[in-house]
Amino acid sequence: MRNVWTIARREIRLYFASPIAYIIGLLIFLISGIYFVLSIYLAGQAAFTTGSTTAPGPDLVIGLMVFLFLFAVPALSMRLMAEEHRNGTLELLLTAPIHEWELIVGKWLGSFLFVFLIIVVSFIYPIVLNGLVTPGIDQGLMMANYLAITLVAAAFLAIGTAISSFFNNQFAAFFATLAVLFFLWVVIGWPAVVMQGSGGIFNYLSMSTHFSSMQAGTVALSDIVYYLSLTGLGLFLGTVAVEIRRWK
Amino acid sequence: MIRTTNLTKDYGARRAIENLTFEAKQGEVVGFLGPNGAGKTTTMRILAGYMPPTFGSAQIAGFDVVEESIEVRRRVGYLPETVPLYSDMTVFDYLKFMADLRHLPNADEMVDNALEMVQMEQRADGYISNLSKGMRQRVGLAQALLHKPEVLILDEPTIGLDPAQVVEVRGIIREIGKERTVLLSTHILSEAQQLCDRVLIINKGRIVAEDTPENLQARLVGAERSILRIKGDAEELMPIISKIIGVQDAKIRPDGAVEFQFAPGVDVRPEVAKTVINSGFDLLELSPVGLSLEEIFLELTRDDAPTK
Repeated sequence: MRNVWTIARREIRLYFASPIAYIIGLLIFLISGIYFVLSIYLAGQAAFTTGSTTAPGPDLVIGLMVFLFLFAVPALSMRLMAEEHRNGTLELLLTAPIHEWELIVGKWLGSFLFVFLIIVVSFIYPIVLNGLVTPGIDQGLMMANYLAITLVAAAFLAIGTAISSFFNNQFAAFFATLAVLFFLWVVIGWPAVVMQGSGGIFNYLSMSTHFSSMQAGTVALSDIVYYLSLTGLGLFLGTVAVEIRRWK
Repeated sequence: MIRTTNLTKDYGARRAIENLTFEAKQGEVVGFLGPNGAGKTTTMRILAGYMPPTFGSAQIAGFDVVEESIEVRRRVGYLPETVPLYSDMTVFDYLKFMADLRHLPNADEMVDNALEMVQMEQRADGYISNLSKGMRQRVGLAQALLHKPEVLILDEPTIGLDPAQVVEVRGIIREIGKERTVLLSTHILSEAQQLCDRVLIINKGRIVAEDTPENLQARLVGAERSILRIKGDAEELMPIISKIIGVQDAKIRPDGAVEFQFAPGVDVRPEVAKTVINSGFDLLELSPVGLSLEEIFLELTRDDAPTK
């Protein structure tokens, strides 16, 4: 684990020194902030004009943030392994006394902690919202939403790390990750819609199905297992990719 | 310290190295010499634990490079041909990162020692991106030396350095080679001659010769050669020299000296000297000429050259 942390620490430092990471963080908060303010303003307007009593819930920004992660994660994960390969530093890491999985998990952990920080900062939204609505927000629902976005981020980044391990070019890794995430989030659920009753397996495989049920406040063990399995699979494939590079 | 047996590596259908068997002992500097694409880097990568061989085996300090790769990597310091550096880090942070990956106790102290060894203490806080090629090479070397490895594998350690830096780096290698095993690849033959106790000449993935630089010269020459210089016209001397028993293939070189050969063990030089003086010529020089390592190298790496 010590090696994992050594690798992760370097990655976190790199994110904080990278303009791309700051731009991504800024864009996420800019877009979600505007959305948050507008939603509250519109809810206030509705209450004033139509007497509506429906206040925005703690899930207000989470759905949007996950959508933004679909694009942000590939941009954050694309260089993790591809750059090491391009710079020749992979040779340095693979001749150091560390295991391949430690390298992959360390890379993933570094990127995860950066994204987790974004998630933590976004706590400001439910806190503000809590002060605006009476009798405050549903805290259980809030926790379910934050658990969901954290699990989604972990799985997204594991997939991104794995794909980055297969590529030498980080832009190729970006587009491949974007395509795979889009497939797992949207496309894989389509057969379930078409097949209606018999498409359960596609529903289960779709990342968005699990997210939606957690976002609505139902935290099932199967949802947690699904995201953790996907994260584990990503990290496993990343490790395999590094081993393939060794043998090639 | 290093022992390989029938080491073979295929890249798809292309065989990069074939049946390499050699040893390097502690306190020995072994030079790996060969043209580009001969298989030097492949062999070094296998020994450093970067990739496994297709067939054959290799041990470092008794540990198998495939089965006990982590143990091997703990004991090897490796400088790849393209020095792997993180340009976004300072020299100190980079070495500290590597020291942490190697779980070195007193990491800071070890980093300082390595920096001192390559004389880079003054640049410890500088970013790697701002360093010259020679300094980067030294940082790479510091990385390889960091953990005081038992075996040091250096792939073209002086490539791209200016002459002063080459001298410095060679000095460092010579110092390290006194106690530890060093395997270095080079295509600079004079470097191998200066640094190495033993030279392995590799061509097209096979070892074509293995010996000390001196023995290689002696083995390949087959006959001993000498040159003779006199005051005056060498043409007049030719008929006299040619008549001496044992002198073979006497000819005048473009610089006016007479070059001749004789069979090893039948030293005709005293006879030649006497004859020249008795014939009334003023003898200026009579000295042996050996094949340079360059000539040996070309001889051995010719397409039709016999293998070992």
